[in-house]
Amino acid sequence: MNTLKDRAADIKAAAQTLDKEVYNYAGKDKVTTPRREFQSRSPKLCSLEEAIRRSGLKDGMTISFHHHFRGGDKVVNMVVGKLAEMGYKDLQLAASSLSDVHAPLIEHIRNGVITGISTSGLRGELANEISRGLMEKPVVFRSHGGRGSAIASGDLHIDVAFLGASSSDPLGNACGYSRSENAKSICGSLGYALPDAQYADKVVILTDDLVPYPNVPNSISEDQVDFVVEVDSVGDSSKISSGAIRDSKNPRDILLAQLAAKVIINSGYFKDGFSIQTGTGGASLAAVKYIRNEMIERGIKASYALGGITAHMVKMHQEGLIDRLIDVQSFDKVAAESLKNDMTHKEVSACEYASADEPGSAVHYLDIVILSALEADVNFNVNVLVGSDGIIRGAIGGHPDTAADSALSIIVCPLLRGRIPCVVDEVTTLITPGSTVDVIVTEYGIAVNPRRPELADSLREAGLKVVDIRSLKEKAKSIIGEPDSLPFGDKTVGIVMNRDGSVQDVIKNIEA
Amino acid sequence: MNLKPAHAGTLESGDILVQISPAVDGEGLTVNLDSSVAFQFGNQIKKVISETLDGLGVRDAVVNATDKGALDCTIRARVTAAAVRATGKDVWKD
Amino acid sequence: MMFVPGNNPGMMADAHIYGPDSIMLDLEDSVTMTEKDTARLLVYNALKTIDYGDTEMVVRINPLNTPYGKKDIEAMVKAGVHVIRMPKTETAEEVVEVEREIEKVEKEIGCVGRTKIMAAIESALGVVNAYAIATASPRMMGIALGAEDYCANLKTQRTPGGDELRLARETIVVAARAAGIDALDTVYSNLNDMETFRQEVEFIHRLGFDGKSIINPRQIEIVNEVFAPSEKAIEKARTIIAAIKEAEKKGSGVIAVNGKMVDRPVVIRAQRVIELAKASGIIKEGEL
Repeated sequence: MNTLKDRAADIKAAAQTLDKEVYNYAGKDKVTTPRREFQSRSPKLCSLEEAIRRSGLKDGMTISFHHHFRGGDKVVNMVVGKLAEMGYKDLQLAASSLSDVHAPLIEHIRNGVITGISTSGLRGELANEISRGLMEKPVVFRSHGGRGSAIASGDLHIDVAFLGASSSDPLGNACGYSRSENAKSICGSLGYALPDAQYADKVVILTDDLVPYPNVPNSISEDQVDFVVEVDSVGDSSKISSGAIRDSKNPRDILLAQLAAKVIINSGYFKDGFSIQTGTGGASLAAVKYIRNEMIERGIKASYALGGITAHMVKMHQEGLIDRLIDVQSFDKVAAESLKNDMTHKEVSACEYASADEPGSAVHYLDIVILSALEADVNFNVNVLVGSDGIIRGAIGGHPDTAADSALSIIVCPLLRGRIPCVVDEVTTLITPGSTVDVIVTEYGIAVNPRRPELADSLREAGLKVVDIRSLKEKAKSIIGEPDSLPFGDKTVGIVMNRDGSVQDVIKNIEA
Repeated sequence: MNLKPAHAGTLESGDILVQISPAVDGEGLTVNLDSSVAFQFGNQIKKVISETLDGLGVRDAVVNATDKGALDCTIRARVTAAAVRATGKDVWKD
Repeated sequence: MMFVPGNNPGMMADAHIYGPDSIMLDLEDSVTMTEKDTARLLVYNALKTIDYGDTEMVVRINPLNTPYGKKDIEAMVKAGVHVIRMPKTETAEEVVEVEREIEKVEKEIGCVGRTKIMAAIESALGVVNAYAIATASPRMMGIALGAEDYCANLKTQRTPGGDELRLARETIVVAARAAGIDALDTVYSNLNDMETFRQEVEFIHRLGFDGKSIINPRQIEIVNEVFAPSEKAIEKARTIIAAIKEAEKKGSGVIAVNGKMVDRPVVIRAQRVIELAKASGIIKEGEL
């Protein structure tokens, strides 16, 4: 029994026991092509059209996208344009978020190519049309953490994910930056794309910098990727900091920032090892500056900053004031470069960032979050999605996730924007429940949720003007008068999901 | 009352541009409003415009107003200024 | 004292949220000739309508020798302004003339003596007459330096060190002190140089000025820091606050310190001193 031949009968018997075939040597010749040449023939590498066809995508299925290029995104319009050209209908578009640049979707919706949308937010002309009843099926809105949970639990099943990446090798090792000389784009973290890559049935990577294997370090791994498509451009990196993110010289923003910083400093949470996340509004960015000064003065260091990472946070990290950066989305080029170059600047997925189902998600260990708002109401509920004119003009983002799981959530918003009141009787749309909001900072006073009397006391003791939230609402009314109610119609154009998967609110169409 | 075309105000945020032009006697007041807060405050703005003109004795006029979220006191000031310019009547003396 | 152009409704609507001690709505230099009428109406309506809280409201009028001055006074007195600020004041007679106009309107509406006057001194002649101007009327509550016009009049220009303003500043402080009214310093216009601004504020604080004119809310914090109340003022305020608490505890409406009753304005001033002290970090949280 010393040769394979001698053991053939035993091999067959063992195979039968395991219910397996017997190994067959035929056709197992080694490939000897030099590997640089070999990888360029990767079976995953193909055109967009071929990737779509080979993915098995059918009418009615769900396709997904990330929004890490924000206003500079080119993938959504490119892919949906191709799908329309190929004659697809009734597709369900599951984006992590959509913005002004996605106005071409309006045509695809009218033509029946896209019949369902789920997203964190909508802006611009697309939002305007949808608010007026463009779609038969309401748009489903989820927070970033909520979307991660829904994908992981199967509530949101993705058939084919189309994920833009700033570099990928022919096998699909991809990330939001490139280390090659031919780098065309950079978006930093691919955090919102990671659940899609993990759970979608098929994953297509689109990249504008196809680099040799192995493209490491990487954020999406080849074992999750089915197809790799080389394209001219996945996004305009200069626009990742578009929108709300800029340094403000607006005196009101600065005033709000100073107040927010004072709230933090006197909250009891401002001590060595604290963790913090800031939103992207002018005021919350400016608040970071004042917090920084106080950290230096008192010799306090933060354990981590979470976000939504900006150049400000990177600077404080480099100065040694913040130990680690946890980055689900890089809000500017400086942050994206830092993620690429700094080991202690960690990329996380939407689930690791903010899923309610993941006990280890970063928001659970967040001390302080500063957030903005379109509106807050006398019950501390917050709306960041629908404008006071009833038109969708924002994104849920991580707002409800961070508010719910942090130890201290601070909403910073002016009492009035022009003649629009930001503290009202009841928010137009419920996004972040008042039970999760602790403090609302306005230029006319600071309201503390009655759940937190101890917080109100310490802020008052620090000389801050703590007021009843109802007095803020009254103040607004005394300045601007009583607004007429909005001309909402009968059609539901949006559904707001809570991060736990339940339905929290609906958005009606606006008439006129 | 004799009106000549006149305007007051700016298109800055928080302001309102009010243009007044003559209308045929007995035709009454026509207010065309373009406002960034039309849904919530359109009626209120029109009311302030017509009340202010009424108080100044201006009955027949066409008003074109472009509002950028002005408060009522600003609207009153701009309408009065435009009306004073249109009528030549001085509010402080008359 | 924060300057706000009288033709900018957006800025007028919420100037008080930044917490300046006083707001000066301007009808003069920041308003073009063609908009004098509309600015006057805007400021009038703003003063009548907007709740500026306990901020002192000042309006800078056009000089009486222009076609606008008298109408400005009429409108502002009717609107209930606290203080009329005269620009380019050179003689006591000018103050008397403004007072006469104010009184005429006040008589008409039945509130004689309500409106105070502040005079801006912006020329060599004005500096020479500073004391006469400061004492020209019982309504006078302050004199202020207007440095741009003053420098032009002196045939010099402003420098960061402010040597050219030394005599004017010292004269104005001395005249104001002698007259028992406030002295206010001129504006500093370069918003990008907060460090020089701070040095200037520290300097005029040492000279004895009661306050600084500012053109942007961003300058308020520095002025408050420099003008933070003295230890003595804080100590006095603390005694008064303690007396309030004591009275509250007893359920008594009468507040007394060392057996003497304390008037409401004194209480308000004490609270303000404590607020200012907290804002400038002299008193830490929880102390009192």
